[in-house]
Amino acid sequence: MKYAYYPGCSLRGTGRAYEESLLAVFRALDVEVEEIEDWNCCGATTYMSVDELTSYALASRNLALAERDHSEIIAPCAACYLVLNKTQRYIREYPDIKLVVNRALDTIGLKYHDRVKVRHPLDVLLNDVGLETIAAKVKVPLHGLKIAPYYGCQIVRPYSTFDDQGNPTSMERLLEACGTKTVRYPLKTTCCGGSQKGTLPNVGLDLIHYLLSEAQKNGAEVIATVCPLCQFNLESFQKEAGDRHHPTEIPVLYFSQLLALALGAPANTIGLQRGFVPIAPVFAKKEIAYA
Amino acid sequence: MDLKRTVKFEADRDPEFARWVSHTVGGERIRHCLQCGLCSGKCPLSLYMDYTPRRLMHLSREGFKEEVLGSTSIWLCTACYACMVGCPKSINVTHLLYALKQRAIEEGRYPRRFAIPVMARQFTEMVRSSGRITESWLIVRVFLRTSIWRLLGMSGLGLKLFRTGRMPFKRERIQRRAEMDTLLHSVAATRKELGL
Repeated sequence: MKYAYYPGCSLRGTGRAYEESLLAVFRALDVEVEEIEDWNCCGATTYMSVDELTSYALASRNLALAERDHSEIIAPCAACYLVLNKTQRYIREYPDIKLVVNRALDTIGLKYHDRVKVRHPLDVLLNDVGLETIAAKVKVPLHGLKIAPYYGCQIVRPYSTFDDQGNPTSMERLLEACGTKTVRYPLKTTCCGGSQKGTLPNVGLDLIHYLLSEAQKNGAEVIATVCPLCQFNLESFQKEAGDRHHPTEIPVLYFSQLLALALGAPANTIGLQRGFVPIAPVFAKKEIAYA
Repeated sequence: MDLKRTVKFEADRDPEFARWVSHTVGGERIRHCLQCGLCSGKCPLSLYMDYTPRRLMHLSREGFKEEVLGSTSIWLCTACYACMVGCPKSINVTHLLYALKQRAIEEGRYPRRFAIPVMARQFTEMVRSSGRITESWLIVRVFLRTSIWRLLGMSGLGLKLFRTGRMPFKRERIQRRAEMDTLLHSVAATRKELGL
């Protein structure tokens, strides 16, 4: 089966490494994806929080476009995943919203039938591909690299059906299949502040710092993320958060970068060169001989 | 000495606001709130709020409009949904906070140059005109309208992001851009017709 692929805006900007590495993982595991033709912004948290009706219409354009040829959508970005899921639910639950959406889609010649399923790459990799298949294809074992698995909010809350909302484990199961070790990380679903670093900087920096220092204190060598905004916050503002509290130095990678590396993808094709906190010394220490 | 009454009187309530709250999407179940405080305990931002989510639930359903719309809480919420998932009465707390934020923006209740409404306006405008968000331009536009000093302060980071290929300035656009306007107009028309 071929999945519809919905990258979303961040994966074309700050989250480029996520897309590069995720597509490498899909290629290595023979997961076939096709980008949704002419997809638009899902509206994300910003649009949803100021004009929800319009945001449902925006999101449903993507659902309707995907439905034409596909029965499942892969949405890697946490905000996209949530918004698409939420839109589906609200169209089902509120007749007024359904009416607004259907009329709006009608004006651009589209129809939404509610027959497409929105899924996250963690779910697809774990439940459609499977751990055995992944473990069998590992070319570069990650030699006990110590990971703090950080999920953030919107993958697991409020609608995730593939994992536990308080203590999800799908990311560590996937990464452990590649040879990593997971450190205790109770903050794994605590919010990073989202766009607050931009709007209310001090609050954003506090939250970012708690997440970083907790991971470092618990012995993590890398933080693995699933959300472009979490990755951006924890990495790009690490220095600033350190200046405000006390310094930390811990690389923050997308789970898909670690997975792609283990599956044999060359480091420069999966965005490892795009990070600010260098990862090469950590790999060298662990004697991980990547391509 | 500027002394204020610390106890609310019945006359301070705005029953119309209370009615609006319980009829808005997300507010339907607010009468069921037990005031257990799980939402406040789960909220990663409640430490910074003047009224924690639990207090906000009670103030809004009783119609204390001034306190609610003037509260810092509605701006601090990041939509992490911890409150909503934890609520034993399945109250859609996050969505209600969205509704309160929308109402505060509509009524212009925020400080001048406050970044959140500015960001919201720039974001929605970019989606309307391009169909997609180009993060670099969104950030530039927001800071130009809020604090040019912070924009300059961020130029070092911007440069690093640019060098690592994470801040391209090429505008992302969809092909059928006219569809965005058509879609938005249709939503506005139906909203007006149904009084939503």
